[in-house]
Amino acid sequence: MHGGPHETTGAALTVQPPGDGRAPAVEVDGLAKRYPKSAVDSLAGVSFQVRQGEVFGFLGPNGAGKSTTIGILTTRIRPTRGRAIVAGVDVVADPVGARRVLGVVPQQNNLDRSLSVRQNLLFHASYHGVPRAERIRLADALLDQFGLADRPDGRPDDFSGGQIQRMMIARALMHAPSVLFLDEPSTGLDPAARLFLWEKVAELQQAGTTVVITTHDMDEAATLSDRVAIIDHGTLLALDTPAALVRGMASERTLDCAVDPGPTTDAGALAATIGALPGVRETERLDDPVTGAWRLRIYVEGEPAGYVAPVAQAVSAAGGSLTDARLGEPNLEDVFIHLTGRALR
Amino acid sequence: MTVADADPRPADTRPAALRELPRWGPWRTGLAILRRDLFVTGREFPIFLAQVILQPLFLLFVFGKVLTELGYARPGYQLVLFPGLVALAAVLTGLQSTALPLVIEFSYSNEIEDRLLAPLPIGAVAVEKVVFAAMRAFVAAAVMFPIGIWILGSIPWSSSTGLAVFVMIVIGSLLGSAMGLILGTYVPPNRINVTFALVLTPLIFTGCSQYPWPSLGHLRWFQVVSALNPMTYVSEGLRGLMVPHVPHIQTWVCFVVGVTYLIVLMVIGMIGFNRRALG
Repeated sequence: MHGGPHETTGAALTVQPPGDGRAPAVEVDGLAKRYPKSAVDSLAGVSFQVRQGEVFGFLGPNGAGKSTTIGILTTRIRPTRGRAIVAGVDVVADPVGARRVLGVVPQQNNLDRSLSVRQNLLFHASYHGVPRAERIRLADALLDQFGLADRPDGRPDDFSGGQIQRMMIARALMHAPSVLFLDEPSTGLDPAARLFLWEKVAELQQAGTTVVITTHDMDEAATLSDRVAIIDHGTLLALDTPAALVRGMASERTLDCAVDPGPTTDAGALAATIGALPGVRETERLDDPVTGAWRLRIYVEGEPAGYVAPVAQAVSAAGGSLTDARLGEPNLEDVFIHLTGRALR
Repeated sequence: MTVADADPRPADTRPAALRELPRWGPWRTGLAILRRDLFVTGREFPIFLAQVILQPLFLLFVFGKVLTELGYARPGYQLVLFPGLVALAAVLTGLQSTALPLVIEFSYSNEIEDRLLAPLPIGAVAVEKVVFAAMRAFVAAAVMFPIGIWILGSIPWSSSTGLAVFVMIVIGSLLGSAMGLILGTYVPPNRINVTFALVLTPLIFTGCSQYPWPSLGHLRWFQVVSALNPMTYVSEGLRGLMVPHVPHIQTWVCFVVGVTYLIVLMVIGMIGFNRRALG
C-alpha cells in the first residue's frame, strides 16, 4: 500500500527495546501535563510503550487525559514533565522531526475546504516533501483504497461524516507515517462507516503501521486493539491485551438463571445446594421485583457454560425447572467499572 | 513552483529520512504551504482583485476626483492623496489577509492544523501567513498605480525613486500583515467583529493617508496620535518619495521607524501565534 517497507529501524532509535527485540514505536515516560490556571494535572505522570506494528487503544471517559496524551505525542501540546518518543524521535526536543514520522487523524474535520479531496491529499504530501510523481501515485491508490475514487474533485464540505473520516485517514497516510494517531475516530459515524473504519485499521496494521487510537467505545477498544490502556483522571490504571484485562476480572463470571419453582421447592435450600457445587463462589438471589419470578446469579470460576447442567440438575432435584440461563462474561466495561468505580459513560 | 518536487528521497523510507535530516526540509515545506495559498488565491484571482481594488478605487475617485472637480479640495490634492492611498491599500489588505483567515482557521475550520503538523517549526507557519498576506497586500498596492492613472489622469512618479517606493510598499505590506497576525491570534473569535470595528477605523483615519503629517501641526494631539500609527510612516515615506515638494516626515525616519515597528509587531504576533498553536 505504501509502495515499500516503511517501518522504522533500530538504526535511528536509541531507546530500550521491549520484549520482542524491536524498538518501541512509542515510548512515554512519566509524562505529565498541567494546563495554565488549572489546579490539577490533566495528565499525572503516565508511562507506557507501544510496540511496532501494534494497534494500541486508549480507553477512557471524556476528560480522562486521552486527547492530552495524543496532543503531546503529536507535538501540539507541550508536556509539563516527562519524555515522549515517537518512532525514535523525541517529540519535545525535535518536534519537526517527529512530525515527519507521525500521522494524525483528528477528532474534528480539519480538511482544507478550499481544496478538492484529491488536492487535500496531494498538498499534504507536498508539505511532507513527497516527490510529485510519488504523491500522485499514492493519492490515486489511497483514494481508491478508501472508496473515494468516484468523486476525487469534490470539496470536503459536500461529503458525509464517514467519508470525511476516510479522507482524513487517507491524507494522514500520504507521507507513510510510522505511527498513525487516530483520535476518537468513530465518534459520530454510522455503523457501516464504523465497520469500514475498523477494516481499514486492520489493513493498516497488516501493512506494518503502528496505530494509536483513542476511544470511549468499549467495543471499538476490544475489537481493534492488540493492547488497551485504561486511563482516568490523567492516570494509567491498566495496560494489557483486552483478553488479559478481562481475564483479570474472573470474579465477574456469572451464570444468571431463571427458575420456575415447583410446589415443594425451597429457595434457601436450592441456593445452598447450588452454592455447594464445586467451582461456585457465591449465589445471589435477584428475584424479579415486579413478577416475583425466581432469579439466581451464580458467581463461578472458569467457564460459566460448564455450570448449566449441574445447576439444572440441582433445580430439578429441588422440584423446580430451569427456564432460562444467561452466561455473564465480563467485558472491558466491567474492567473499567472495577478500576474506577463508575461506568464509562 | 515545483520546489517540493526536487527532492529525490522516496516517500516511504522514513528511517533514511531520520538518519539524514534534510537540511532544507523545513524551507521546502514552507514553500509548499505558500504554493498552496498561491494556488487557492490564483484560482479566484478576479474575486481577489475586486476585493482589494474596490475600496481604494472609490476613495481615489471621491477624494481625488469628485471633491477636486467640485472645488471642495484644492487642485493638487490628489498628489497628496495618492501615495497615502497606496499605503492604505498595502496596510489594510495585509491586515485583513492575515487576521480573518487566522481567526477562522484557528476556531471554526481547524484548517491550520494540517500545516501545524507539517515538518517545519510552528513559527514558520506564522511567517508563511505573513509573507503570503504581504504578497496580497503588495498586489493591492501595485494595482493602485494603473487605477490612479485611469482616474486621476496621471500619478506622481519618478523612476529614480522607484526602488525605494517598491521597498516602502513591501514594508507597508508586511506591517499590515504583522498587525493582522496579532489580531488573528490574540482576539477571541467571538470578538473579532467588534475588534475590527474598533481597530480598523482609527487605523485608517490616523494613518496620514489623506493628509501629510507635518500639516497637523496646529492639531497637536491628533498629530501625536497619528505618530503612533505604523501606517503613518508608510504614507509619509511614500509621500516623501513620490511628491517630495509636499512637507513630509523625513524618508529615512520612515524606513527606520517602519522596520522597527515591523520587528516589534512580528515578535508580538509570533508569541500570540505560538500560544494559539501550542497547548
